[in-house]
Amino acid sequence: MTAQTLYDKLWSSHVVHEEADGTVLLYIDRHLVHEVTSPQAFEGLKLANRPLWRVDSVVSTADHNTPTDHWDEGIKDPISRQQVETLDANIKAFGALAYFPFKDKGQGIVHVMGPEQGATLPGMTVVCGDSHTSTHGAFGALAHGIGTSEVEHVMATQTLVAKKSKNMLVRVDGKLPAGITGKDVALAIIGKIGTAGGTGYAIEFGGEAIRELSMEGRMSLCNMAIEAGARSGLVAVDQKTIDYVKGRPFAPKAEQWDAAVAYWNTLHSDDGAQFDEVVVLDAAAIQPQVTWGTSPEMVTDINGRVPDPAQESDPVKKGSMERALAYMGLQANTPINEIPVDIVFIGSCTNSRIEDLREAAAVAKGRSKAANVKQVLVVPGSGLVKAQAEAEGLDKVFVAAGFEWREPGCSMCLAMNADRLQPGERCASTSNRNFEGRQGQGGRTHLVSPAMAAAAAVAGHFVDIRAL
Amino acid sequence: MKAFTTLDGLVCPLDRANVDTDAIIPKQFLKSIKRSGFGPNLFDEWRYLDHGEPGMDNSQRPLNPDFVLNFPRYAGAQVLLARENFGCGSSREHAPWALEDQGFRVVIAPSFADIFFNNCYKNGLLPIVQPAEVVDQLFRECEAAEGYTLQVDLPTQTITTPSGKVFAFDITEHRKHCLLGGLDEIGLTLKHEAEIKAFESKHRAAQPWLFA
Repeated sequence: MTAQTLYDKLWSSHVVHEEADGTVLLYIDRHLVHEVTSPQAFEGLKLANRPLWRVDSVVSTADHNTPTDHWDEGIKDPISRQQVETLDANIKAFGALAYFPFKDKGQGIVHVMGPEQGATLPGMTVVCGDSHTSTHGAFGALAHGIGTSEVEHVMATQTLVAKKSKNMLVRVDGKLPAGITGKDVALAIIGKIGTAGGTGYAIEFGGEAIRELSMEGRMSLCNMAIEAGARSGLVAVDQKTIDYVKGRPFAPKAEQWDAAVAYWNTLHSDDGAQFDEVVVLDAAAIQPQVTWGTSPEMVTDINGRVPDPAQESDPVKKGSMERALAYMGLQANTPINEIPVDIVFIGSCTNSRIEDLREAAAVAKGRSKAANVKQVLVVPGSGLVKAQAEAEGLDKVFVAAGFEWREPGCSMCLAMNADRLQPGERCASTSNRNFEGRQGQGGRTHLVSPAMAAAAAVAGHFVDIRAL
Repeated sequence: MKAFTTLDGLVCPLDRANVDTDAIIPKQFLKSIKRSGFGPNLFDEWRYLDHGEPGMDNSQRPLNPDFVLNFPRYAGAQVLLARENFGCGSSREHAPWALEDQGFRVVIAPSFADIFFNNCYKNGLLPIVQPAEVVDQLFRECEAAEGYTLQVDLPTQTITTPSGKVFAFDITEHRKHCLLGGLDEIGLTLKHEAEIKAFESKHRAAQPWLFA
């Protein structure tokens, strides 16, 4: 048998039917559902009088619209409240394996909740009406975002109509320097291959630096595969994966555990497997990353400078850079570590897990928010992350530093709830997108790791965490 | 879904790379639980001078005169001409819903983000990939001639310019079949119900923990 990539294995083990043009019906094991991209899909099922094909494949939570403070007051925005209540009603009518509604202690960002519940398992196909579903690829699962029509299609048929992507290997060789996280690796990769570099590919992340990342770091990395254009990111299963899954509520139980582990241990690319594209990075060269523009590929490191559009020869790129600098209110050649920030956001499906909060707290400990920083939001990824952080006393560290300790949710990553930037405000953010208006109309986003965000909060401007 | 066969449509040029779905339809409009009505908020932050929120009377809002969609010469455009990596970012299907609701049926670009590209086909919207130099040429021609239209013919998979130049485009047989017929994809898939059930039993036997 020819050597297969991890993606080849996951794909071929889920093909139900294949047409002559390569269009496939792909079986879906896990369907994660949240309030924003599901109402029209449930409505479609109702109109056609179709049930869920497999109720026990659905795991759901409310995250995008939920407030992160004053939970006793409920959801004040009536349109947001209607969307969350619509999900409550739809889950009640159609059923689910598990539902973590607003205020439930298991509630959280769907891509934090899935893994922590053991609802994401190696070898699964995982979909969700959310582009950051790529996160779950950290478990050796084939996971990607889908649109609402596809949400309805999966609900009704347990399959997706799909075409196979090409295989890309991004290998990060050597050891990461101290203080360099999965987020920095993700941004460095996007800086190298661009936001469309992975379009049409499933990216497997490999190499020593990736194997040494924690599961949280791998999730941050796979989360941002979509920012490189790839619908799915993947990391091979190893002992860390298995240790993370063990004992979680929906993980296989005693009698099935050994068989599951035996199968999961086959979930890696075979020696000699062929990739259509291979990209190699040197881990030792990766420094703390900071974006300067309005696309995640507009990134440099903390010791870099805002680039000069005058040096760019490609007219389309030059135009994008000029627009970005105007929107961001930045001058060419400004040193990154001289850019002051107004707001700091620590949270999102990229960086709101316990390890992220520990890294931010380690920087915040014994320090205080700089006078020029108006607000620092720390938003845990789920109720369980929040409880764990409080058990470790991290909340007290943040509050002592003048940071705000909030309830879980997507929050200022996309600003669908009340947490948003005002026009012109500049934010150091641990989220995944620095698009125009993403965190609030006119808001200016710089993407960084949790430690770098905390460091900017206490210094008042971007600063190299290694120099603190 | 609306069927798509042929179109002779006015072209609107949007000369920006990496147009993301947050720009196509900003997040505050995603709170709707409906599938329609997104057209007036297409490109909301670029199109209007004020901040848009759901429920506003969009006809009373100040338009940005510098945004191409507001140029009188492009009113009623059905073909959007765009740059590389169009539709990147979020998976929100509200993006093709907004384009379709505004009246667009075709988007032509050198490249598209995968999820957006796929979402278009579910909504009777045809995304067409053309080489960057062809797209450049279409931008030049469109900006030079008011009333510039393109003929898009799905059965023959061609675009024809007013001067008669013809460019071919690719599409999978499956997608073409669904678009031409305006077919319900779920209905088509359910014709394979027995195959899905057979796969499911085999899968359950091999990995019973997936069916807890």
